Amino acid sequence: MRNRFIVSVSPHLHKDESVSKIMWMVVLSLIPAGIAGVFIFGVSAFWVIILGVISALATEATLQRLTKRKITILDGSAVLTGLLLAYNLPPHVPFWLPIVGSCFAIAIGKQVFGGLGQNIFNPALVGRVFLMASWPKYMTTFLKPFDAVTSATPLALLKEGKLIGNISYLDLFLGKRGGCIGEVCILALLLGALFLLIRGYISWHIPITYIFTVGLFTYIFGAKGLLTPLEISTAQSGIAKFLTGLSGNWLFYILSGGLILGAFFMATDYVTSPLTRKGQIVFGIGCGLITAIIRLWGGYPEGVSYAILMMNAATPIIDRYTKNRIYGTK
Amino acid sequence: MKKFFSEFLRGIIKENPTFVLVLGLCPTLAVSISVINGIGMGIAATFVLLGSNIIIAMLKNIIPDRVRIPCYIVVIATFVTINEMVMKAYSPALNRALGIYVPLIVVNCIVLGRAEAYASKNSVVNSLFDGLGMGVGFTLALILISAIREFLGAGTLLGHTMIKGFQPAFVLSMPSGALLVIGLLLGFFNVLKSKKE
Repeated sequence: MRNRFIVSVSPHLHKDESVSKIMWMVVLSLIPAGIAGVFIFGVSAFWVIILGVISALATEATLQRLTKRKITILDGSAVLTGLLLAYNLPPHVPFWLPIVGSCFAIAIGKQVFGGLGQNIFNPALVGRVFLMASWPKYMTTFLKPFDAVTSATPLALLKEGKLIGNISYLDLFLGKRGGCIGEVCILALLLGALFLLIRGYISWHIPITYIFTVGLFTYIFGAKGLLTPLEISTAQSGIAKFLTGLSGNWLFYILSGGLILGAFFMATDYVTSPLTRKGQIVFGIGCGLITAIIRLWGGYPEGVSYAILMMNAATPIIDRYTKNRIYGTK
Repeated sequence: MKKFFSEFLRGIIKENPTFVLVLGLCPTLAVSISVINGIGMGIAATFVLLGSNIIIAMLKNIIPDRVRIPCYIVVIATFVTINEMVMKAYSPALNRALGIYVPLIVVNCIVLGRAEAYASKNSVVNSLFDGLGMGVGFTLALILISAIREFLGAGTLLGHTMIKGFQPAFVLSMPSGALLVIGLLLGFFNVLKSKKE
């Protein structure tokens, strides 16, 4: 009986969690979306994913070897970066594109800053934006699902004013549209996100405020015929016309593009998003505003990656002003 | 003679204006898209540096301390104007490519920095070698940066295609690419320096 009294220093309560376990859980939650992507776009999507993951691992190992640090490729973070980068690529890119992207994402996006936990920007998005700025031709050529015909994404079609009248929301939800590998199947993404939310690996604050802001903003400003103030004042039934203007297709904007993938899996990255709940809400709203502004008035059809990167840059400031009050202080 | 040579060499390696003093980054970022632009900018800056260093070292006892900066600027601006006129007359294409950055050599911090820190305190011959060394160091740095950017960003070197089928990364031709290359090179040289010590 006496031997049962163990004297030790605090903390006395432990949870069976580690950075590496969380990373692997996020990887696990992303697998349904990958399977859906491969099913929709064919085997080449599978090779893009494999190449992205392997080259991310290889870059991480090489750089850690060169800088004589502990090789930590099994902690899941490099796998996650490679996976997310591949999910952000079109399914039929040349084989070297995911390799270059993963190398850049790991080397410049992460290891230059000192490795996991030190990076300012989400590495996968750094890789994507680098590829987007370098080889826009490959990054914006999408294929029709179950078919080898090139087609643009719904958002790109909308930007060019070519979207056909009837959009099937079910198709958008299940992923029957042109787009990047991992972003098309909303159902699979939501399954993974639900798993993460229930297990408590991510909180609802960033994704929900992000998606809600995009929905609200596109509802207000997204309609084609939104009237200018002058038109409203001269219109016969001003209020009624203004209200018809307030009918942007918010569901379309939420279901298309990379919003769901970005909101649940990339904006919630622990390293690059604010620490407090208050800060996370500010972060989510900021992401939503920038995404909606780029989509509605920007030069690019899609703005999720730029929005998240810009808010990543703002994260230290958000953290500074949303510090929790320390108990016992004013 | 050996002393002058070490003055000359100092500007190239130990006190390289771009990678060690980190001066004159504005023209470096702007014109290092192609090697030919880099060489042109380097030579133009070297000429101004050389001329202004010599004249300021000559005048250092006459210039009153209080108004020295305006006096330096007048000397520098004279050489920049000569430079621009010569460039317009003999290589208008290069002048067009460098654009506003030729007249902006007036406010290049390397030129004013050397005038203030070196030429106003040292003899004419020493200042001459210092200006030459700094100019050559600046030119070499520009050539290094612009070679990387031109090769990766446009797939060429001095306008010649290097590897057939190479797909250039367009981002390196943009200003963000310049910041990326300069940052990585600075880090690389700092690693080399810390290894040496």
